[in-house]
Amino acid sequence: MDQPLATTPLDRWSRALGARMVPFAGYAMPVQYQGVLAEHRACRERAALFDVSHMGQARLAGPGGAAALEHLVCGDIAGLKPGRQRYTLLTNEAGGILDDLMVANLGEALFLVVNAANKVADFAHIAAALPAGLRLEPLPGRALIALQGPRAAEILARFAAGAATMAFLGVARLEIQGAEAIVSRSGYTGEDGFEISLPAEAAEPFARALAEDHGVTPAGLGARDSLRLEAGLCLHGADIDAATDPIEAALGWTIGKRRRMAWDFPGGEAIRATQDAGPARLRVGIAPEGRAPARAGTEIRTAAGEPVGTVTSGGFSPTLDRPIAMGYVRRDHAADGTELALLVRGRPLSARIVPLPFVPHRYPSRSAAS
Amino acid sequence: MSATSESATAETRYSRDHEWIRREGGTMTVGITDHAQSALGDLVFVELPEVGRELEAGETCAVVESVKAASDVYAPLSGTVSAANDAVVQEPALVNRAAETEAWFFRLSGADPEAFAELMDRAAYDAFLATL
Repeated sequence: MDQPLATTPLDRWSRALGARMVPFAGYAMPVQYQGVLAEHRACRERAALFDVSHMGQARLAGPGGAAALEHLVCGDIAGLKPGRQRYTLLTNEAGGILDDLMVANLGEALFLVVNAANKVADFAHIAAALPAGLRLEPLPGRALIALQGPRAAEILARFAAGAATMAFLGVARLEIQGAEAIVSRSGYTGEDGFEISLPAEAAEPFARALAEDHGVTPAGLGARDSLRLEAGLCLHGADIDAATDPIEAALGWTIGKRRRMAWDFPGGEAIRATQDAGPARLRVGIAPEGRAPARAGTEIRTAAGEPVGTVTSGGFSPTLDRPIAMGYVRRDHAADGTELALLVRGRPLSARIVPLPFVPHRYPSRSAAS
Repeated sequence: MSATSESATAETRYSRDHEWIRREGGTMTVGITDHAQSALGDLVFVELPEVGRELEAGETCAVVESVKAASDVYAPLSGTVSAANDAVVQEPALVNRAAETEAWFFRLSGADPEAFAELMDRAAYDAFLATL
């Protein structure tokens, strides 16, 4: 190993629970505790907690932060009201996706959460584009815990009553066990849930209380991946990257209405051209027939044998008890119901295009009780 | 000793690829070890060689897949597949529960007893696991 792995504030706690730790984005991370299937089901049926402290958190403070960030992302950040959060994309000049990220308006500052593997590059890229008077402040001293599942709101409300009345994609500062937390009602599983940013030293007492006193199941990166795939959510580096544009990735909805008038973000003209001409390929859901999963990299062919695409994420759906996959296919083969073949271990296996998500999202209503 | 008692006459060896091979007379039964199933995690798919297939030692002959990843199973010995255990195909989780007993993968006939004898015995396999 080239470099020692970094650890999160929950490292000791995860190891004590018997988690299997794996290297991920330079960190030692729990891939599973008791087992991926049990953790996955706990999240769908009740509540699970995920240590995602490896992700990059940062504050962007100062006047004009939203306008400055809009020079780098395709979302409407200026129109993001205080207490609201939005999913957006950092794009490059060719219209490719440098990263996907969450941006929240905390009122006095913007709060960003980016992917672990990209955080160093993202923060350098953003900092370099800021005018004088604006500063991006990475927050390496904060942990991030995702609490996900149909019971998440009820459980978090026992720590902070305000959690129960937050709307989907709402963000609030709440006090949790005496610590100052930034809580957003969001996640990466398709379930209701929260992402909770805490000072590092507050993470273990909180995780311990959730697991020991409130029946929340610790879950690892394995379940996180199978849950997000069922929910049809992209993994940067797999389903989207610097060589995919938002239109072909079926993420055109992230381009704000106002941004579509001016296309004034990196790669805006290229992305507009893709939209106007129609993309050559599209990200789709794929349902393999039979039991064999088709993994990332699997070639997608027509029934007649012509190569028309590639699987970018593939695995097994514990909820549906069958294999599922996402990938890119040529647009003329991307319609729901299209029959295709997946080349798995040299053999073509039948599959068809299906709508995403595979498992319906169960987010709370946007206006929930706010 | 009863000549009909399988357990009394069976002998088990282990490969460095974490397969167990149980020899009973001229038949070798092959599965993956408990260490292997534990390392793989929850299995969701198993593919076994067809009965009648001739295997060369070391060739890929089966596939096991967890939620997250696929792994190959290699033939520990050369021989002809004489049976495959459909129970593990129907219920891959059986491998997690009973890797070294009920969840055998396939049987080989015509395998070389000397090649079998050269594989690790339990003590050697345990020592090998301790080095991993």
